[in-house]
This record gives sequence, structure tokens and C-alpha cells, in this order.
Amino acid sequence: MNTLKEIIARCETLAFDLNFTRAKEWKSQDTSRVLVGQMPVYFPREIVHAVNGLTVGILGGGNKKLIIKGDAYYQSYICHIPRSIIELALDKHFEGFDGFIFPSICDVIRNLSGMFQLMGEGKFVKYLDLPQNFKPHIGGEFYLQELRDILNKIYQVNHVEVTPERLNNSIRLFNKNRSLINRIYDIRQEFPWRMTAADLYHIVRAGYVIPVEEHNEILEQVVGLIQQDCGDSMDKIRVLVIGAFCEQPPAGLIRTIELAGCYIVEDDFLLGARWIQGDVDATTDDPLRALANAYLEQSTFSSSVFDVDNPKEARLLNLIRKRKVDGVIFAAPSFCDPALLDHPILQKECNEKNIRFISFLYSENTGQFKVIKEQVGTFSDSIKLWDEPVLSAGI
Amino acid sequence: MSTEVAKERSMIIQKEMITRLFKELSNARETGKKVVYTFVPGNISELILSFGMLPVYPEINALQSGMRKKSGGYIRDAEQHGHSEDVCTYVKCDVGMMLNGNIGPTGEKIPDPDLLLLSYTGCFTFLKWFETLKRLYPGVEVALLHTPYQEGHEITPEMTEYMVRQLKEEVIPKMEKVSGNKYDEEKLKSNLRNSSKVEDYIIKIFDTTKHRPSPIDAYFAGVYYIGPINSGFRGTKEAVDYYAELYKEILTRIDNKLGPITPEGEMEKERFRLVVEGPPNWTHFREFWKLFYDMGAVIVASSYTKVGGVYDMGFRVNPDKPLESLAEYCMNCYTNLNLQQRVELLSKCITDYHADGFLVNSIKSCNSFSAGQLMIMQQLERKLEIPIGFIESDLVDPRYFSYSNIKNRLESFFQMLEQRKMILNSA
Repeated sequence: MNTLKEIIARCETLAFDLNFTRAKEWKSQDTSRVLVGQMPVYFPREIVHAVNGLTVGILGGGNKKLIIKGDAYYQSYICHIPRSIIELALDKHFEGFDGFIFPSICDVIRNLSGMFQLMGEGKFVKYLDLPQNFKPHIGGEFYLQELRDILNKIYQVNHVEVTPERLNNSIRLFNKNRSLINRIYDIRQEFPWRMTAADLYHIVRAGYVIPVEEHNEILEQVVGLIQQDCGDSMDKIRVLVIGAFCEQPPAGLIRTIELAGCYIVEDDFLLGARWIQGDVDATTDDPLRALANAYLEQSTFSSSVFDVDNPKEARLLNLIRKRKVDGVIFAAPSFCDPALLDHPILQKECNEKNIRFISFLYSENTGQFKVIKEQVGTFSDSIKLWDEPVLSAGI
Repeated sequence: MSTEVAKERSMIIQKEMITRLFKELSNARETGKKVVYTFVPGNISELILSFGMLPVYPEINALQSGMRKKSGGYIRDAEQHGHSEDVCTYVKCDVGMMLNGNIGPTGEKIPDPDLLLLSYTGCFTFLKWFETLKRLYPGVEVALLHTPYQEGHEITPEMTEYMVRQLKEEVIPKMEKVSGNKYDEEKLKSNLRNSSKVEDYIIKIFDTTKHRPSPIDAYFAGVYYIGPINSGFRGTKEAVDYYAELYKEILTRIDNKLGPITPEGEMEKERFRLVVEGPPNWTHFREFWKLFYDMGAVIVASSYTKVGGVYDMGFRVNPDKPLESLAEYCMNCYTNLNLQQRVELLSKCITDYHADGFLVNSIKSCNSFSAGQLMIMQQLERKLEIPIGFIESDLVDPRYFSYSNIKNRLESFFQMLEQRKMILNSA
């Protein structure tokens, strides 16, 4: 059994290995294996797993990749993540990848899919048009067609056919994965001092670049370790961080928030790993439809999903209640239309319900956190010194 | 610059049409007509009109506010209400306009919507925009029409089927509920017949830039030409008449070997022929245009005039398949094309209209256009060996229009074109 420290160190290395060494090594062991790169946010990785593939999260270069060529592809007023992804592509980090999936989350990622097509990256590039209609016979049927199209593209590469047994098995593995991640979040809600939010971030992010079976083993060990009492509780407020749904904050930013007097007990970093709420049915004869239904009925809230029948502010309040937070930190990437256009809506609700919040912008390669530390520190102090607990505010 | 704007007869007709529409909108509560807010790309006005409802286009209101120098204040008001400096200024301008009483270009109040029709084509921000509007107009019915992106360079039967189902089961029932009228397919077909005629005229009109000198400017004047079909007259007899008149005028200009008409009269000598990618700046529209016609530069094709529909590749609405046709029309709008299709279309324009150069006006607010433009430039440069120019501005935020920067860049670009012409001529 490894120590928590050892596991975290390994996960941090895996999470920021921009050469995707473990994934490529996994592929090299069997000629029918495929690697499929996935941009944020959500993609049902089960279908790739079921046809002998590994979905690899392409989450940008963060502050680990110096951007030189990528800036020549994007104007200054476009967010940072596409330029680091282009830089990675041009520097051949994706060599050995068979295909790329671009889920429909915004215009920048959509057009990046076209750039990958023009650059001839991989054997296929698929813009996955996630339906905004949530009726099974309308949006569901369209989504099924999109998933079949991806399976067909992978079949052209490795000639592995999906079967209900294989797909149900994959669904079970990813159900377990989500369940274990959620279990860690639940334990951290009670005992946030047992593991930092940055450490949790590395553990979840490692799951984007290794086989789900290996990640489940890691998660099981982590759950076992943090169930035991360790560390000391500190006088910090409990916060929810929201806005990061695509471009990831630098780990230094996550650490800064916790060092400045907060426990992050809920966040939307790496949202795709927890997108489906609850288990997907792994017992049907039509598991592809089960996955489609899960998307339609069990999706979490995100800036990329039209919320007309399921208002995001109500869901934010539920999350605040569930996690018993003292305040909300809106932290979004610069120039991110989907996240930033949500903020006035969510902040209005916070104001009306007397929920304290602060807001700032970052980019994946932000390197200076002093101003943010002061802002978060003041926020934390003001809540500790002056505020009633949020739950008594009657939200 | 002259303060008197020279106007063609068709411009006067258009102004009268739009004034009538806004008058009708301001009287909508009295006349009992229901009002539908929707967007220009993928605007299914034929269907809206078939229910006897009136369309309102928030992005048209925003650009009108930009031209009337109101947008700066509206944007600041929206930012004071929590909107970020980083996001789409059309959205902020619209929110600010609403906060200031929703007064339209004719000075009359635009009525609140009875239906928010989110026909979500080629721009993800539309979706976020209507989430905002939904909260500004609580209780109003919302219908969503999700238009699949042409990611695979084509429209598949499944994509069309998805849209037709949405029309049948989501959009039409909401329209019936709001308007109190039953769906009338014959009326829709009749409207589509008008659209089909208008689409033919639009192609003929924009094709006249093949002539030398080009009788029209396909960008600055082009945005007026696409006005009626994009602002409530799609599917009407008035639109057919307007485009017939416009085409007649242009043919007369060709016969007389006249260049485009500008706000200061005829453009005398055509020196440069350009294809432009990206929307124009609205807050300094005339100054912007003047930078071109002063240098004898005429725009022979632009992607922006295709934002409300692309007809160059042969698509026409088919009245015999009305819902399928609406679906395919939505999927064929410019920003719903993938980058490769955009490169092919722009390449065709550059070749067919004998352009001397290609210019990108990159808009801070509009990722749907802007993200990928630099790669489009590279591709065209490589494929056609054509000189490429690049300027930046914004749709309706006056803070992002830097006259001297744009002028400097354009002057350098025109010098480059001039030199290239000299070299080619001497060769």
C-alpha cells in the first residue's frame, strides 16, 4: 500500500505529463488499441473504452508549456486553452493519437476542431454536437447517431466492434470511477483538511490520461487513506469555486485559495469526470441508449448546456446547501463567454440570498497569485469575522 | 466628409419598410400581434410570419444602437450590472438597451417578447444570450431550435431529421400556443416561394461584382442589401419587390459602367478589389467605409453578407419540403460551416470575383467568426498566393475602434497591393 503522499506525487506527475507517456505506453502493448484525445468538458469515455481505446483528456498546456507558435493562431482576445492545444499539436505531443473529439461547448472549441481538420491531426477529428434538446426521441436519437458515428470512426482504425457486453462492462467501470471520485468529495466535505483541493485535483486529473482500471485502483486507495483521521482542522471558511468548466486553473491558483483561508469543498474543475450524476444503467441490451439517456437525464449543470427547463441558479443553491459552503468564488478564464455570461445570473441569485461571493479571472498559465491571495484572504476574513453562517440565511 | 448621405432608391424603399416594421412593432400591443425575439442566422421568419407574429432581432437592435452611437452607454450599463468586459458586446448592448427602456431605432419602444425563439445557428453565445433574456422577461415562452454544425462538411439526413422533429414537436406547438393560430403549411409554402425568389435575386446581385468596375460594394453596401431578408421580411412579397428594384438599379449601373455608390457619391476609380472576412464595425461605420473608398478599394465579396444564409453553393429553400427546407437553410448559414468549408467558399469568392487581396476584420466580440481566422488566412495565402491584410475592431463597443491603427494597417496593405500590381503588370 502506498502512502497518500506517494499516490499524490504519482498523480501529479501523470496529470501534467504533456507527452502522455502512460497512455502511449498502454497503446504500444496491443496493436488494436487506439488513443482518442478529448477536449473539455464531457464525453462518454465508456464508448471508446468498449472498443479497446483510451480517451485521453486534452486539457491544455497549463503553465507547463511555453506558448510561442500558438499565439500566431489566435488573437489576443481569445482564451488561452486553444493556443496551448495548438502548440502541443505543432510540437507533436499528440503523435500516436488516432483521433480527437471536440464536444460542443463554445465557438472557440468548435472552430478548433476545424483547425485540427485542416492540420490533418490524427486519423479522425470529430466535433461532437451534444444535443440541446433533451427529449429522448428528438435529442436522444440525434445523440445516439453522434455516438455511432464516433464508434464507426474508431472501427475504421482498429476494426473492433462494440458489443452490449463490452459496453456494459465499460459503463460499470466508469460508474465506479465517478462513484469513487464523489466519495472523495464527500469525505473532503466533512474533513477538508485530510487532503488539499490541489491534491484532489491532481488525483482526478490523472484519471484523464491513464486507463480507468488503473485510476479506480488509485481512487480506492485514496478513499481508504482519507477515511482515516489525519491532519488538523484549521479555521478556514468553506467555499465553492465555479467558472472553470473548460480552461483549467493553474494548480498554484487552487493552492493559493486554500492557503488564503478557504477550504474548497466543491468546484467545477474537471467537470467532465463527474458530469453524469449517479450511475448509468449497466444492465440493458442497449447500453449505447443507456448512455444517451444518462446524458439527457443525469447531466450536471454546466455553462455549455441550455438551462431553460432547469435553471442554473437553483442548482447552484442546491450545491451550496449540500456542501454547506460559506461563500462562492467565481473564478473563470479570461474571455470565456459561456462561463462569464453565467456570472451575472448566478451572482444576482447570490446577492438575493445573501450569499457572499468574490470574482476574478485567470488563464491556465497565470503565474502571479499575490493579488488573488489578498482578495481571497480578505474574503475569508470578512466571512469569519462578520457573517452569520450561510445556512441560517434561509436559502 | 460630407454630412449628406447619398441614397439609392432601393435604400429609401428599405428605410420605409423598416420604419413600417418598427411602427407595427410599437403598435403590437394595440393590434394584438404577438412578438417573437429571434436571431438573424437561421432566422425562420417564414414560419413566424405564417402564424401572423412579428419578429424582433436583438442583434439588429444592437447594431442599430451602434450606428446611432448609443451602444457605448448601453454596454457600460450592462457592465455595471455584472457583465464582464470580456464578453460579446451585442449581448451587453441588448441588455443595456433593455435597461434603458428598450427604445428602438425609430425612437419607439420595442415591445416585450411573447416568445423567445432561440434558433441557435453557428453561434454558441446566442444560447447564453437567450438564457439572459429569459431572466429579463420571466414567464415568457421559450422555444429552442438546435442547429447541428456542419462538422463533417455536409448535412446528413440525421441532422435534418433532428431539426424537423424539433420544429414539429417544439417550435410549432409553442408558436401555436403563443399566437393562438394553427400551423398553416400552405401559408408557410407561400412564404418560402417568396424566399426562394429573393435568394435568386441575392445571388444575382452579389454576382454583379464580377464586372469591372464593380457596380456595388459587397460589404459596406452589402449589409444594407441583406437588410430586408435578415430583418423581418424573409418570405414576404415586399422583399421580392425590394430585391427586384435593387437588381434593376444595379443593372443600370452596370450599363453605365458605374462603380459603387458611397455615402459621398459615386466611387470614381476602382483601384483594388477585396474579399473581406468578418463583420463590420458599426460604431464608426461611415469612417470605416471611407477608409476604403477614399483609396479606391471596393469589396467584391464578404463572408458577413452570408451570415443569414449561404446561397452561393446552390442551396435554395424548397417550398415543397417546407420544414426540411427551413432546417437546411439554418444549417447552411456561414458561421455554421466548418473552417474547411469557409476556406473553400472564400477561395471561390476570391477567384470568381478576381480579388486583388483578402482582408480580415477580426472582431473582438465574435469568436464564431474570429477563432480560426488566422488559420483561414494562412490557408488562403498558401493556396492562392494572395496578399492578406488584417485589422481588428469590435461590433458595437466604441472603445475597440482605433481609427489610426486601422488606417495605418490599411494604408500598408494598399501599398502592398499597389506594388504587387506593378510587379505583375511588368511581368
